[in-house]
Formats: sequence, C-alpha cells, structure tokens
Amino acid sequence: MSQPVTLCVPESWDGASLDLSLSDEGAVHSSFQQLLQEQSTEELELQELTPGGRENPAAGRTEDWEEPEPRGEHPDFSSATLRIVAGMPSRTIGRSRGAVISQCYNRTAKLRRRSSRPPLHQISRSARPSLRQYDLELDTGHVEQEDTQSLLVKELQTLSSSQRSHMLQAMPVSLAEKLSLRSRFPPLRGRRGGSDRLGLAPVSDLGSVPLQGFRSLWDGFLSLLHSLQPWHHSLKQIGGRFGSSVLSYFLFLKTLLAFNVFLFLTLLIFVVATQAAYPPAAENSRLFTGLELLTGAGYFTQTLMYYGYYSNFTLNDPCTSGDRSCQPGKGHLPYNMPLAYVFTIGVSFFIMCILLVYSMSRSFGESYRVGSSSGDFAIKVFCAWDYKVIQRRSVRLQNENIRTQLKELLGEWQSKSRPMSLCRRLGRMVVLGLAWALSLGTVLGCVVAVYYFAEHMGSSEARQEAFLLVLPMVVSLMNLVMPYLYNLLAAWEKQESPVLEVYMAICRNLILKMVVLGLLCYHWLSRKMGCSEEDKCWETSVGQELYRFVVMDFVFTLLDTFLGELLWRLILEKKLMRKQRPEFDIARNVLELIYGQTLTWLGVLFCPLLPAVQILKLVLLFYIKKVTMAGLGERSPPSSVCGSVQKGGRAPGGGGGGVRRAFLTCTRSRPLRFY
Amino acid sequence: MGGSASQLPRDLLGEYQELTFLTKQEILLAHKRFSELLPKEERESILLKRVPKSKILTLPELRANPFQDRICRVFSTSEHGDGSMSFEDFLDLLSVFSDSATSEIKSHYAFRIFDFDDDGTLDKKDLEKLVNCLTGEGDETRLSESEMDQLIQNILEESDIDKDGTINLSEFQHVISRSPDFASSFKIVL
Repeated sequence: MSQPVTLCVPESWDGASLDLSLSDEGAVHSSFQQLLQEQSTEELELQELTPGGRENPAAGRTEDWEEPEPRGEHPDFSSATLRIVAGMPSRTIGRSRGAVISQCYNRTAKLRRRSSRPPLHQISRSARPSLRQYDLELDTGHVEQEDTQSLLVKELQTLSSSQRSHMLQAMPVSLAEKLSLRSRFPPLRGRRGGSDRLGLAPVSDLGSVPLQGFRSLWDGFLSLLHSLQPWHHSLKQIGGRFGSSVLSYFLFLKTLLAFNVFLFLTLLIFVVATQAAYPPAAENSRLFTGLELLTGAGYFTQTLMYYGYYSNFTLNDPCTSGDRSCQPGKGHLPYNMPLAYVFTIGVSFFIMCILLVYSMSRSFGESYRVGSSSGDFAIKVFCAWDYKVIQRRSVRLQNENIRTQLKELLGEWQSKSRPMSLCRRLGRMVVLGLAWALSLGTVLGCVVAVYYFAEHMGSSEARQEAFLLVLPMVVSLMNLVMPYLYNLLAAWEKQESPVLEVYMAICRNLILKMVVLGLLCYHWLSRKMGCSEEDKCWETSVGQELYRFVVMDFVFTLLDTFLGELLWRLILEKKLMRKQRPEFDIARNVLELIYGQTLTWLGVLFCPLLPAVQILKLVLLFYIKKVTMAGLGERSPPSSVCGSVQKGGRAPGGGGGGVRRAFLTCTRSRPLRFY
Repeated sequence: MGGSASQLPRDLLGEYQELTFLTKQEILLAHKRFSELLPKEERESILLKRVPKSKILTLPELRANPFQDRICRVFSTSEHGDGSMSFEDFLDLLSVFSDSATSEIKSHYAFRIFDFDDDGTLDKKDLEKLVNCLTGEGDETRLSESEMDQLIQNILEESDIDKDGTINLSEFQHVISRSPDFASSFKIVL
C-alpha cells in the first residue's frame, strides 16, 4: 500500500490525554507512549524530531540503535521501531483522520486513472510497463496533511459532480469535514437565487427550470409515499422487540401485500369494473346463504368472482350482429372483453415476474458469500449484535442468546477436534437415510390420501355444499401437521451444521406442498374433460376450488396460531415445568406465506377477485401474528439469528406447479426448540 | 413536518441529503427528534448547539444498546472528548446506521466502535470488552476466564492474517465481508 507515512511526534510526551479523538493527528497513542518511555529509559539516545518533521525516520537512527533487553509487550522492537509501527497505516487508519483522507485521495486518484489508462498497443515493446505511475506516485510523499487534503480536493474536482458526491458520501469522515471539503470547490455554473443564506457553497447545478420542477414534484411524491407507509410504527415495534429476523417475516408479508394490491388494482380497473358496468342479461338464480363465504359456490357462482360470469363478446359494441348497420356516431367505445381479460392477466404476471426476478437476484447477490465457512467465531462476535433491538428486556434476552450461542460454538469446536469414529459415522448415515425415507414415505401417503379424496368427492352423487370443503380441509390439515413431524425428525437426526438442517427442513416441506399441488392441478385439468356442469364452465369450478383452498388455508393458519400456542404452552408448563413460549418458526411461516401466494397466482385466471381475498387475508394475518407474538406473554426471540428472508418467489403461470425458492440465511446454534 | 421544515433551510437539506445516505424525510425526522432533545429556548439555533451525551442516551434507539458509550464517542466531533453531539454528528450517526449505507462504511465505523481504547487495532483487551458487552454486564452473565481466553484465541486465529496479535481495519473488513448478516443487523432507524 502506498500510504504516506506522517510521523508527527509531539515535542513533549507529558500529560498527553489518554482519550485521543481524531483531532489529535500524529500523536503516538498512550499505549505506545508507555512502551516508548520504558524503552527510552535506557542509555539509548533518541534523536530529537522537530514537529511535523519530514525525514526518513530510519535514516537518522542507525547509529543510535541498540538491541534492548526484552521488555514489555514487544521485546524485540526498539523504541524507534515502535514509533514507526505506531504510525503505520494499519494502526493509524483506525483512528487518524489524515490516514483516512489519504486513503480517499488514493481511491479517487485510482478512479480517475483507471479511466484514462493508455491502451496496450500504444506502448512500444521496449518500454517496460511501469506500474509506478499508477499508484506509487505518492511514495515520495512525506506529504503534509493539509497538502493531502488539497490534493484530495483537486482530485475530486476532476470527477463529475455525481461521482464526486458519491465519493464524498462514502468517505468515512464526519459530516462537518465533508461540508468543508465541499465548500472548497468553486461554485458551479448556474446560480441559484438565494442559495447563500448560510454562506455555504450552492448545491450542485440542477440544470434548467423544468428539471427543477420535475425534481420537486418527484420529491413531493416520495414524501407522500413515505408518509403513507403503512405499518411503519408497528414494524419498528416488532423489530425493536424481536429483532431483525422476525422483522424480515413481516417485511416479506408487506411485500406480498404490495404485489397483491398491484394485481388487484390492475384487474379491478381493466376487467372487473368494466364487466360490472355491463352486467349480462341472465339473472342470478341462487340465493345467498352464509356458506358461500367458505365454499365460494352457490350464490357466488354467477357473480363477478368467477371466470364464467365474464362475457366472451365485445362489450358496448356499436355494431351489433342483429341489425347489419353500425351506428358509429354514438360515441361508445367497444371493449373486447376476452382480449382484455387475458391481456391484463398476462401483462400483470409478466411485470410481477420481472420484479420478482430482479429482487431475487439482488438479494441473492447481497447474501451470497464465497469462501469457507470457517471464521465462525469472529463472524459471530463481530456481527451478532442486532442494533434494531431496543427494548431493555429484549436486549437482555439477546445477551443471553449470544452467550448461549458462544458457549455452544466453543463446545462444538472442542468436540470437533475429536474426529468421529467409523461406527458413529455409519450410525449417522443410517439415521439420515431413515429420516429421509420416512419423510418421503409420508409425502407419498399424503398424495395417495389426497388422490383418494379428490376422486371420491368428484364422483360423489350427493352434492351437498359442505362436502366441497372436505378436500381443502384435508390438504390444509396435512400442511399443518407435517411440518411438526419434520421438526421432530430433524430433532432426532441432530444435524451438525445448522444451515444444513434448515435447508433440509425447507426441502421436505417444499416437496410435500409441491407434490400435493401438482397432483391437484392434474386432477382439475383432467376433470375438465368430463365436465358436464349445467350452468358453469370448468374454469369456474377450478376457481371455486382455489377459493376454497385459500380460505381454508387461512382458517387453518389461524387455528395453528391460536391452538398451537395454547397447546404448546400447556404442554410445556404442565409436563416440563418451563415457562418458555414456543419460538417463532420463521422458515415455516414464510413457506406458508409463499404457499398461499402460489394458490392465489394459480387462481387469478379463474377467479379475478382472488387477490382481494388474499389482501384481506394478509392484512388480518399481519395483525394476528403481531398480537399473538406480543400478547401471549413472554416470548423469546428466536435463538436462530436469521439474516433476512431474502425472497420467496415463484415463476408465475396459471396451472401446473412452479418452483418456489425461499432464500434464507440462517445460522442457528441448535435445532428448533419445541420441547 | 411543516414546522421543522421551515427551520431547516432547503439548500442545507439538499446538501445533507447529498453528503449522507439519508433521505429528506429521514433528515427532517432527525431534525425533529434532535430538537426535542434540546431545551426549548435553544431550539432556534439547532445547528450550533451540542447536546450532552446523557441526553443523547435517552433516545429509545440508544437507551439499551450496550455500545451506547462507544457510539457517542466515535461520532462526536467535540474537542473536549465528552461525547456531546451536534446535529451534524447526529446525522452522521443515522447515515452510517441507515439502510442505504455501504457495507464498507458500516464496517469502518463498526471497527471504531469496537476499538475501545482507540488505538487503531483490536487487541485482546478490546475483544474481551466487546464480548462482555455482547453477553451482558452482570457478573453471572459473563463467560468464564478459560472460555473467554479460548474464544479470543479462536477469533485471533481466524481473523488475524499478519499474526501480530491484533486485528486491524482491513482484517476486520475482511471478516465482515464474509458475513451477509452484518449490513442488515447494523441498522438503527428513527
């Protein structure tokens, strides 16, 4: 590194304050002062350095240098060496403003030179490419700090204004310093009236007036958006109490809500509202009973909810097929309903797909880390503290969690130093194999059950409305119970790597849900062949099925949240005498959200109002989860320090299964604590 | 928002927005919260006043943080070294802890926060104090001596590349770069 070494030894060392801030530039820190004092009590005579001296420190000392006796922390180093070491960039850059500015200067210079590097073919063959010109120019430098600062200013001036503000923004110096640096630039062209009220340099040139007006409009829009931010206070409370990992679940919920709102609004404007303005001639023959809210059938069959209601001809067509004459002067716009329906859904899916892929790739890029997994201790100690937690009780809990995790890490490290015997390894393989066989077996069992139920319900003659609910209930029940089973399996397996454990749990749940959904899709598509409904198309019945699934999913989530909490609390209190509440299992909850969203996306084509149902469901879920977390007494934040739930995404598409990926970066210290 | 906006000039607002990672709304909110820390008669000249450390630590975001002293010390530009902060120091703090700050600047300041003796490196004593902050201040919550020694030894083994017994800034930033969680946990939002 080509850091200029600035050694400014103060004239006297007495009474130097122990507490050096960045304003004490070249002063040697007290820890080194002590060592130097110890060393200097020998006969060693040190050369007196003038303050701000620019000499080569090593040159003047060779005659005085003697090998001292081993003493203090650095027995081999003389005071001279200590002094040099104290001024080294690795030691000063953590505390010295001058070093930071020099580093920024270097970076800016590199940035400029990188763009102006001469092309290789222009260099004659005889000329040895000299690297020195690129970043070692400062090596001559015993450059004063003020010179460094002015050099930095000069370099910054050569950059464009946006690059300059980027560099200034990223400089780790105080804001006052940045303002003073900025004030040294000559004012840019284009005066802004009244900008010098405080005597500061005017803000960067905004260009013409229309651009200014646009910017102020954009700022106003952003501030409006910001003030409209829903749940900002609630999210802050949740983050303050439970930490970033739980907060990420709620943020994911908010993102899904945004997607659904977008989908709903587009469909509302282009499809639902226009159809509502021109209702079909046929009247709705059924009566409204309360059961429709659950089954989606009955009265709802011939409403805006389902595909079958929408006209397959052009609305408001001035040229009716009855009379051959068109009446163009009537001022009505024809609206091709089928085209609008398919087009709206296609385009909104496409936009959502692009948004999803973009956000997934961005979060993947942020969270992917190349390199070994070693360094657990350092990473744990440096990165473990979550600054979002602000309540005292939660801070104490976080302290406990970190302490437990550190102790466990230490314990694992000690046991890892003893390699496993062959016998134990074989035993582990057998256990792993059994666990996977069991989980795949249960998936198969569930699939068979669903198939049986689907066939049976489909062919049953007694078509009572309530029987339609059986299939969704069975599927939701399976989705509720299986994850607990997988947790028990994971606890039995006792994986060593916590990350691997989380991935396996996600895999098992995903396989179950995907296979079941795939089977259902196949079943619905195959049913269309033999469809002979009296007054509805197969699309409407598929839409109704999906509506039922969404509603049942919500009902069972509520059941799980309330009953599951109560049951576990009772079991834990009575049997194990522990007052611990179950942890908030982020992975399972996120998978549930993704599953619900997949159902919605599958069903949008057949039931355009399904996003509205999903919006309602998500809003209710937000408040219910928040209340159950906060209200049911003490709940320990998850011992897993899960990073952010990066993204769950599904390639949209009507019908057929999709690939759902939830990227979780969780490092956990122990399997889920449900017992 | 109207009241505080009239007190903070628009150009200054624009400058702050360009030089920090905060948005205009966040700066205005910071202005409001900072002025609440000052006594009423001093609120007019908010840009010239310094708020003592004790008042800063009454903010709910810093109240229970074990690193509160170090944070105030690092971000304060006061000559007396008493940790008092001006409005610009406060903005600095929020900017580094904001959502859009780069990981590099966060790790730079994290290093300075963890450097308890301000000597530019993290040595054994710094690491010990850091672990004690993480595990809690009570006597029964600390790690035992042997555990602490073992832990510090492991940390130095993993991160000290030049084997000088201390961790300097580049080594620290190298460790941080391996963890994707750091940027999301090193956040304070008003």
